[in-house]
Amino acid sequence: MLSLPLSWYLMLSATLFVMGALGLLLRRNAIVAFMCVEVMLNAVNLTFIAFSKYHQDYTGQVFVFMVIAVAAAEAGIGLAMIVNMFRHKHSVQVDEATLLRH
Amino acid sequence: MQDIPIYEFTLLGWIALLPLLGAIFNGILGARLPRALVSTVAAGAMGVAFILSIVAVWTLFQGRFEGADGHTLYGALYHNVFTWFEVGSLRVDFELLLDPLSAVMILIITGVGFLIHVYSIGYMEGDRSWWRFFTYLNFFVFAMLMLVLGDNLVVLFLGWEGVGVASYLLIGFWYEDDEKASAGKKAFIVNRVGDFAVLLALFLLVIYAGSLSVVELREWASTLSPAQVTALGGVLTAICILLFIGCTGKSAQIPLFVWLPDAMAGPTPVSALIHAATMVTAGVYLIARLNFLFVLSPTAMTLIAVIGGLTAFFAATIGVVQNDIKKVLAYSTVSQLGFMFLAVGVGSFFAGVFHLMTHAFFKALLFLGAGSVIHGMHHEQDIRRMGGLKDYMPITRWTFLVGCLAIAGFPLFSGFFSKDEILWYTLANVHLLGGVNLSWFLWFLALGTAFLTAFYMFRLYFLTFEGECRADEKTRSHIHESPLAMTLPLVVLAVLAGFGGFVGIPPVLGNALGGLPNVMHDWLYQVIGPGEAFFAYRFEGYGMAWMSMAAATASGIGGIALAWLFYGKPSDVPGAMAEKAAAVHRILSNKYYVDEFYAATVGRGVTLLGRVCHRLVDELLIDTLLVNGTARLMGFLGSVLRVVQNGQVQRYVAFVFLGIAIILYLVLR
Amino acid sequence: MTENLIPWITLTVFTPLLGAIVLALVPSEHKQLHRHMTVVFMGLTFVLSLPLVLLFDDAHVGYQLTAPVENVEWIAALGARYHVGIDGISLWLVMLTTFLGPIVALSGYSAIEKHVKEYHVALLVLQTAMLGALVSLDLLLFYIFWELMLVPMYFLIGVWGGAQRIYAAIKLFIYTMFGSVLMLVGIVYLYMKGGMVGFDITHLIEVGRSLSITEQRWLFVGFGLAFLIKVPLFPFHTWLPDAHVQAPTAGSVILASVLLKMGTYGLIRYAMPMLPDGVFWAAPYIAVLSVIGVIYGAVVAFVQKDVKKLVAYSSVSHLGVVTLGLFALTSASVTGALYQSLAHGITTGGLFLAIGIIYERRHTRDMDAFGGIARQVPVFAVLFLIVTLGSAGVPGLVGFIGEYLILLGSAQSYAIAFPAEETRMFGLAFGAVGWAFFFTAIAATGVILGALYLLHMYQKVMFGPVKHDENRSLLDVNGRELTYMFPVVAMCFVMGVFPQFFIQKMDTSVQHFIAQVEQHAVEYAPMVEENRAANRERRRFRGEGDAAFSWPMIDAARSGEFSFDNGRDDDGQADDADPLPDDDDTP
Repeated sequence: MLSLPLSWYLMLSATLFVMGALGLLLRRNAIVAFMCVEVMLNAVNLTFIAFSKYHQDYTGQVFVFMVIAVAAAEAGIGLAMIVNMFRHKHSVQVDEATLLRH
Repeated sequence: MQDIPIYEFTLLGWIALLPLLGAIFNGILGARLPRALVSTVAAGAMGVAFILSIVAVWTLFQGRFEGADGHTLYGALYHNVFTWFEVGSLRVDFELLLDPLSAVMILIITGVGFLIHVYSIGYMEGDRSWWRFFTYLNFFVFAMLMLVLGDNLVVLFLGWEGVGVASYLLIGFWYEDDEKASAGKKAFIVNRVGDFAVLLALFLLVIYAGSLSVVELREWASTLSPAQVTALGGVLTAICILLFIGCTGKSAQIPLFVWLPDAMAGPTPVSALIHAATMVTAGVYLIARLNFLFVLSPTAMTLIAVIGGLTAFFAATIGVVQNDIKKVLAYSTVSQLGFMFLAVGVGSFFAGVFHLMTHAFFKALLFLGAGSVIHGMHHEQDIRRMGGLKDYMPITRWTFLVGCLAIAGFPLFSGFFSKDEILWYTLANVHLLGGVNLSWFLWFLALGTAFLTAFYMFRLYFLTFEGECRADEKTRSHIHESPLAMTLPLVVLAVLAGFGGFVGIPPVLGNALGGLPNVMHDWLYQVIGPGEAFFAYRFEGYGMAWMSMAAATASGIGGIALAWLFYGKPSDVPGAMAEKAAAVHRILSNKYYVDEFYAATVGRGVTLLGRVCHRLVDELLIDTLLVNGTARLMGFLGSVLRVVQNGQVQRYVAFVFLGIAIILYLVLR
Repeated sequence: MTENLIPWITLTVFTPLLGAIVLALVPSEHKQLHRHMTVVFMGLTFVLSLPLVLLFDDAHVGYQLTAPVENVEWIAALGARYHVGIDGISLWLVMLTTFLGPIVALSGYSAIEKHVKEYHVALLVLQTAMLGALVSLDLLLFYIFWELMLVPMYFLIGVWGGAQRIYAAIKLFIYTMFGSVLMLVGIVYLYMKGGMVGFDITHLIEVGRSLSITEQRWLFVGFGLAFLIKVPLFPFHTWLPDAHVQAPTAGSVILASVLLKMGTYGLIRYAMPMLPDGVFWAAPYIAVLSVIGVIYGAVVAFVQKDVKKLVAYSSVSHLGVVTLGLFALTSASVTGALYQSLAHGITTGGLFLAIGIIYERRHTRDMDAFGGIARQVPVFAVLFLIVTLGSAGVPGLVGFIGEYLILLGSAQSYAIAFPAEETRMFGLAFGAVGWAFFFTAIAATGVILGALYLLHMYQKVMFGPVKHDENRSLLDVNGRELTYMFPVVAMCFVMGVFPQFFIQKMDTSVQHFIAQVEQHAVEYAPMVEENRAANRERRRFRGEGDAAFSWPMIDAARSGEFSFDNGRDDDGQADDADPLPDDDDTP
């Protein structure tokens, strides 16, 4: 682990992020889209940790905890919303949730 | 010419205040008080004001002394009631000033005013707005007194507009008739056109003379050197012409004379007091008051003379064909006012004021006589349905005849003296307009007017009082002489109209009769001296003066004779003439279509402009296009942009990424 | 000046607000109680404002009557203060506002039946907002009161108005906000330029003066627009007819009498002393718009059928004269503009009250629905006539003094002239005197047109035969209506006959205001100097000292040294004849 250069971590992180972003953009299922957001968040977490290690500065790691906490809260609210949406619409397709437009 | 001493005299305030108190008293309480009390208060206030005026004039007379140039001077009585307003260097005081000129005016106003108040008690009997009438009438007298007593031109302007308001109220006194109400409105608005010019003149005076007090203005004029007058030339002419435009409004001259004939809609005593004896002469008074200013602008002077002469002549031609007894008198008033302006325009301020006075006597007499006829005939005003009234109303007839002789300039009646004076001055001085001397032109114009005046007045007299009665049976059985309250003022005025002229005997006659003085001229000299000093006689000796007098007398008597030929006995000549010159007759009957012209141009113009501004500019351009247009534009932009907000979460995300990409590009570039 | 310990100003300003709070606590079913209490609180406000007149020191330059507790820290972080005080400019506007308070409260007794409590609360809050704006000496405080005015007014029109009330209310709101936002930007700019220490007017005025001509121009656009929309100056006036027509009587009265005056007040208190170069730059343009407004308002008023609309357009015409007077910058014209603001408050307020009275009886504002009612309602006819004539500017009534002073002042103005090089291409390169007189002459036609539309209205409504049977049974004014019409009519006379009482309290402040603007103009300083020289030149015509009553002209005319246009030389005889001045001693 020690021998791996920083750029490898970054590349992995970028790949994960792009995958998440593409999934968010392309998948219609709300749960999948939601999972994609989690992937993107974790990609960022990976970057934080990599830099933290590289700079020998633990602020990055602390921040990761922060992100995980927020992601957990977000997951709670998001999932509740999706459940609610399913109750109303009998579907979790995001393109059908257009009640608030205009 | 020297400085004039000014004495403090508190009583002046009371002369003006009394009629105002009468008006306030009757205005607030009149509706609930017995009629007799209302009229007693109104006429009583006038009577006391007249007595106070006499006291004041007597005081003024007592202070006479011989001036440096040998003329008798009287000084002036002065009372500063309070400071009206004061801003920066401009201070406007409520100053009253009684000098010989305003003395003549207040005697006419309170004296004739008192007689007309008495007359109204008889004439307005039975009218349900009795108290309102006397309130207005008293208010008018107050405003008129402010006009003539005001030393400051702003105070004068207060009176000037105040008489306009009173005139508006009194012309439209019977406001239930829309036409009468409109006549009042027309009078006020046409007057306002003139007032607008007066305002501008006052501003110029403040700028250049730095004061609006007549006393101070006179002082200012007395210091002007020839070089300064040359430098100020255009400004002085502008001031004088603007003031004169104001006079054409108030005194019904071309081009603003149209309101006066319509003003006959008011009760007849009002026509006598306001539209004959006092208010309409305010313009002449103003010019005489500021004579020292007007003489500095010969252009304005000649313009005044020309307008006066033309008005006199044209109004007289219209008067010849009118059939309404009051309309004839109205055009005659316009015509006589033209005479007065001719007088002041040719530099004879004395003759202008003198004619103003004699006119006040005989025209008030004629109007009151006409009122007596109308009263006796139960509101019939058409002279074609009158005739033979001499048997029914002897007092009215004889006094009316005196009035007719006076206005026709029959020798030794009052009009003879004043008219002669004007004609002589017209001829004796040079009046240049654009380098042409207009003396003879003006003289012939005046002579023609004198002839026409005598003709139409005696046409009126013959048709009304002589011959067979042409009224229907029912009316005829009711015709009666008017009550004492009405005939008494007639008799008093007849005496004044008959003999009033002897206070102003022209020098040519006075000398011939053994050095009789011209009392009126000596009295006014203090005021009009500076103005007269600018005019020199062109003719030496009295030859031309005798000629002028003879011509005037001949034309007057000629007019009377012609009227007798046409109307003194049954004759078909007038009818035949009217038929032969049908076009001329039609134009004259329709008063040269001036009213129609104004209605079509000014009246329609304002309405059209108003409509265009309202519909096109306000509603279409500003509201629809700009204001609501902005709102619509916002709405439109919104409807375009909201296409993007279609509720698809993923599209929003796509925009977020796009935005980040752009920012990254810009930052990392 | 002795120290003033009792905070009269604060008491005056916040008594109505206290009233609003008390009213809010009373249950809404006591309609009559709400009405009475509003009158009481409004009356109390008027009484509390009377000491302001009594204690006012005419000779004092600057703001006065500020009690120690009336100049305290308010928002420390911004440096904003609660600082109030009055001078000759605001004194009479404050008095006008408090004077009209009980009157408008009385006018709504029978007209307002729905949401009575809310209506009166709105009236009282509005009163506080207006008074607060007039006495604020801190720009932020002023701005808050200024914006606060809009809220109750919006509801007064939007809730208790006529058929088109929502449109009118929104229009009023948006128009005013548009200007206010620009002003806010201006305020922030000044605040930052001034070192972010506070919003005290004296400080910000000094900051404003030190700005460059370009900055002053831009700021003047901001401040000027905010106030000129409120005035309203043509072409920003179209909110006014709608608002007036739709508002209930009390709303129209307050709108015409006080809210419009906020525009002129804002100009004279803030915009003009703050931006002297901006003023001189804008003056000719504003003069053009003013005189257009005078004529435009008048002719449009003339063709209206709706009485309220007619009066609304007459406001446009009258206030055109006022803005002309303000920007003419002479002592007479500025005094006149202030006085005309008061006069307009009295007469137009009176007209709206009168229209409200007949509207309540017939529920129409169409002139054709009336006619000939003078016989039915004689007392009303008199009251209505007096306010009409007052509005038409008849001397002796209130309208004349202001109009006269404005026109007199603007005729001598040098500030409203366009530079020659800008106008030469239109062939209009006349000098300062020419421009001033030109503008004055056009504005003075308002004298004619004013009489035209006002008398037209009066005749249509009151004179002629009775055309509609409903009008035969019209009731004359009742005791309550007489109670609130009488003070207005009385003021028409008092202010017309004794204007000096009012003017002398304004004078010092007005002179100070003009001096401030003139002294601190940098770009236009040469113009000010030129004007001084021209005035000296004009005064040259005023006598030559000892020469008084020497009549040099007469001597010259007599001796033939001087003749007009070589007049008498044309005629040979004139020169030879012995020129005798009078006919008595002719041989």
